[in-house]
Amino acid sequence: MSLELQNIVKRVGADTHIYETSLKLEPRSFNVLLGTTLAGKTTLMQLMAGIQKPTTGKIFFKGQDVTGAAVQKRNVSMVYQQFINYPNFNVYDNIASPLRVAGMDSAEIERRVGKAAELLRLSPMLKRKPSELSGGQQQRTAIARALVKDSDLILLDEPLANLDYKLREELRDELPKLFADRDAIVIYATTEPNEALLFGGNTATMNEGRITQFGPTSATYRKPHDLLTAQVFSEPPMNTAKIEKRGNNIIIFGNQKWDAGRAAEKLADGQYTIGVRPYNVSPNKIGNTLGSFDGQVLVTEISGSESVIHTRIDNSTWISQSHGIHSMALGSTAKLYVDLDQAMFFDANNRLVS
Amino acid sequence: MSAKTVNNKAWWLVLPVFVMVAFNALIPLMTVVNYSVQETFGDNIFSWSGVRWFQQVLQSDRFHGALGRQLLFSGLVLLIEIPLGLFVALNMPKKGFWVSVCLVLMSLPLLIPWNVVGSMWNIMALPDIGLLGKAVNSLGITYNYTRQPFAAWCTLILMDVWHWTSLVTLLCYAGLVSIPDAYYQAAKIDGAGSWAIFRYIQLPKLRHVMTIAVLLRFMDSFMIYTEPQVMTGGGPGSSTTFLSIDLVKSAIGEFDLGPAAALSIIYFLIILAISWLFYTLMMRNEEA
Amino acid sequence: MAKISIDNLRHSYLPFPNPDREEDYVLKKLSIDWADGGAYALLGPSGCGKTTLLNLISGLLVPTEGKILFDGVDVSRFSPEARNIAQVFQFPVIYDTMTVYDNLAFPLRNRGIPESAIDPRVKEIASMLDLTSTLHKRAAGLTADGKQKISLGRGLVRADVSAIMFDEPLTVIDPHLKWQLRSKLKELHQRTKRTMIYVTHDQTEALTFADQVVVMNNGEIVQIGTPIELFEKPNHTFVGHFIGSPGMNVLPCEVKGGKAFFAGQDIKTANTHKGSGQKCEIGVRPEFVNFAKSGIAAEIVKVADAGRFRIVETRAAGSSIKLLVPENQSIPTGKVNLAFDADHTQIYADGWFAGGKL
Repeated sequence: MSLELQNIVKRVGADTHIYETSLKLEPRSFNVLLGTTLAGKTTLMQLMAGIQKPTTGKIFFKGQDVTGAAVQKRNVSMVYQQFINYPNFNVYDNIASPLRVAGMDSAEIERRVGKAAELLRLSPMLKRKPSELSGGQQQRTAIARALVKDSDLILLDEPLANLDYKLREELRDELPKLFADRDAIVIYATTEPNEALLFGGNTATMNEGRITQFGPTSATYRKPHDLLTAQVFSEPPMNTAKIEKRGNNIIIFGNQKWDAGRAAEKLADGQYTIGVRPYNVSPNKIGNTLGSFDGQVLVTEISGSESVIHTRIDNSTWISQSHGIHSMALGSTAKLYVDLDQAMFFDANNRLVS
Repeated sequence: MSAKTVNNKAWWLVLPVFVMVAFNALIPLMTVVNYSVQETFGDNIFSWSGVRWFQQVLQSDRFHGALGRQLLFSGLVLLIEIPLGLFVALNMPKKGFWVSVCLVLMSLPLLIPWNVVGSMWNIMALPDIGLLGKAVNSLGITYNYTRQPFAAWCTLILMDVWHWTSLVTLLCYAGLVSIPDAYYQAAKIDGAGSWAIFRYIQLPKLRHVMTIAVLLRFMDSFMIYTEPQVMTGGGPGSSTTFLSIDLVKSAIGEFDLGPAAALSIIYFLIILAISWLFYTLMMRNEEA
Repeated sequence: MAKISIDNLRHSYLPFPNPDREEDYVLKKLSIDWADGGAYALLGPSGCGKTTLLNLISGLLVPTEGKILFDGVDVSRFSPEARNIAQVFQFPVIYDTMTVYDNLAFPLRNRGIPESAIDPRVKEIASMLDLTSTLHKRAAGLTADGKQKISLGRGLVRADVSAIMFDEPLTVIDPHLKWQLRSKLKELHQRTKRTMIYVTHDQTEALTFADQVVVMNNGEIVQIGTPIELFEKPNHTFVGHFIGSPGMNVLPCEVKGGKAFFAGQDIKTANTHKGSGQKCEIGVRPEFVNFAKSGIAAEIVKVADAGRFRIVETRAAGSSIKLLVPENQSIPTGKVNLAFDADHTQIYADGWFAGGKL
């Protein structure tokens, strides 16, 4: 029961919203679409659902061509960023609505709604109207509605974006569990790399209408094929710089000479781009092969247990995210250590080489 | 097995609309076009006359007069109703009990049929028995809309303002209440006065509804027929004979079907052109 | 610029609240003192009253009871413009028809400042906000983060602003731009030394921005403290849970002779509890839980990868205990033993830190 996109392209007028994309999603999988606003996540989801039709290319579901089939025929559920419920129905009727449309008998509806409400902890408020619910409860209702019918495809378009931080954390924890025992293909769009990481499953990183990489989440995070994927999948943003490999050293920030370290030692001499995640840059010496630089402090953010130091070095911004409290004054100089064994190196075409 | 999954059954559902549009718009319009290029003396005998009727209409003083009056009427009506409607909308309460009272009061004139509006004002403005007519005359102003062209114009415009300003008000009001509170709060914080708030927040945010209001009021006032017909019948003389009244006179009164048909088409094209002009002007600078 | 004091402030949205009915009030008797030039945050879940408090300070609402003082002057009934407050809203508010330049100049022009004085000021602020290249573009054409910068800029151009308030200003900003804009805010604060008050439900934003955070819940202040204090010594289990991601582990415990017992084991804690008859709990952050040779017996339920660390969820004696394990450290399987860092393990009685405030 897989969903396969074959060479899908979506153009609207002169603009290309989705460039040629192929993707195969397995049944019972949890897939994250990760990318910034306007990266094409919503368009791609709408193409999968059949709300939009691709300009060229084909969509197969269970091996059948469903490219032109309308959304009503595809057995799809969707949850949006806005809390969308029927305002004049109570929670029970809201959850039951897709089942009533499908003409299910009322005993079965009651059983299913009861179960979905139980899962989403809505049982005590089934009689309430959406306007009497908190934001979190409204979104739970919308998710319950997506859950009751046995959809083949469940699309979640940034469903947690409008919720409070702590509620988001809670629902983020629950969501994968809710879908764990279903045959459905779940697709979850988000702008937040950390959210994608915590969900696990598979992640497709998107940038300007293209999927830059698709695979198991932790592999996409740890072994991005290219610089773009690494940048999309990094929060805080990844530190990058142009370097030159020369013998056992790398030359960085113009004239600084660092040991190559495990990641770079096998690279041929030449020009590369280095990518370092902020937590591999620290005011403390952490790691075996260290490079160090003196950055001019732009700002320090202290969050109780960690410090984020934004520094300026060689006309670019390098960020350090480290454990402990490191308060540094604006404009002062910070000595920061880079764990080179954890660094990534990209060639002239921005492909990962090490 | 690549059966075409798109089916076109839905088009059958649209068919009744096509049939209706055909009967009430396309076929009459084509009949008019047909009449406008032929001459007829009844008995279904037609002879080709080319663009003669068009030339005749466009060159006639009668047409020029009617068009001039029509343009003047629409112009005055827009000049009064749009600012007045906006002004009333700006001063309407935004929340509380009075909102619904105001809304009901504002919609009342819109609920009255055109011919009733005409008769109402006809009676009310009569100099001898009408409330308005009598009151104005008792102030020492000679006022008789059946004899004085100026009085007839004033009465007609007053009537139209009374009848239709509410529409502008309601449209503007809907636009105003949809402006988020944060804008007003930010403006207060920035120290903006009420003029600056109007100029930089309300007016820009109202642009779309204002465009719709102007278009609707223009089209309606340019095609006005019932009220002046009921009230003045186009008089005194031909001082309030607008295009629509003139058209009916020549088509039904004088049975000049050819020129009347040509006039209809010209009339239609003028409305189309001016509406387009308004729309383009008001929507310009949208994305600059 | 001003020192802001909030003195026994109460607020109700009802026209005639009953002073004895607590539930009539969305804000319940608060007093806070904020020094001139500080960066402060109001943090709490939706409906905790933080936005009401913000609107009371900026003058968009008039308090039911109590006073707001700017430099000792009671401004409770002053209009927003008389208070000289600037505010950045959740959704960007810009004047669509104006250029970026005119947007920035607007508050100054409204106050009748001559153009010759406006021009250098606008240019200075634009360069601080990296808006110089867009100065003569229409503001409507900018992206969300650009528009938020304009909103902020309109506050910064005024030399006389007493405080700049932020109402969840990063809501519509993408994560990678959030980092930039957030650090820009912090940098601007350090440069201009304006009093800034930042309202949010997002603990990361509050902690990274503010020198001092006010944590609110149900219209009450639960704790006021520096980010480090809130993290290390939460005054209430609510603060422990609300701050930190994941939040503090809160475990039911028994207290005998001032000592806490969880799952039959004596747990060393930083504070002691003397009272009785209250519901007692142990609070320990996931950061201060470690695997150990001996200790509390637990079972691993779930491991979530968060990149630089993993969140390990375990179950022990019917409670869930989470701990953080760094990326390069291995995780044992099956039955494990957990140890808590005694200096960061606290006893809470009825939710509050036992033994009074630290």
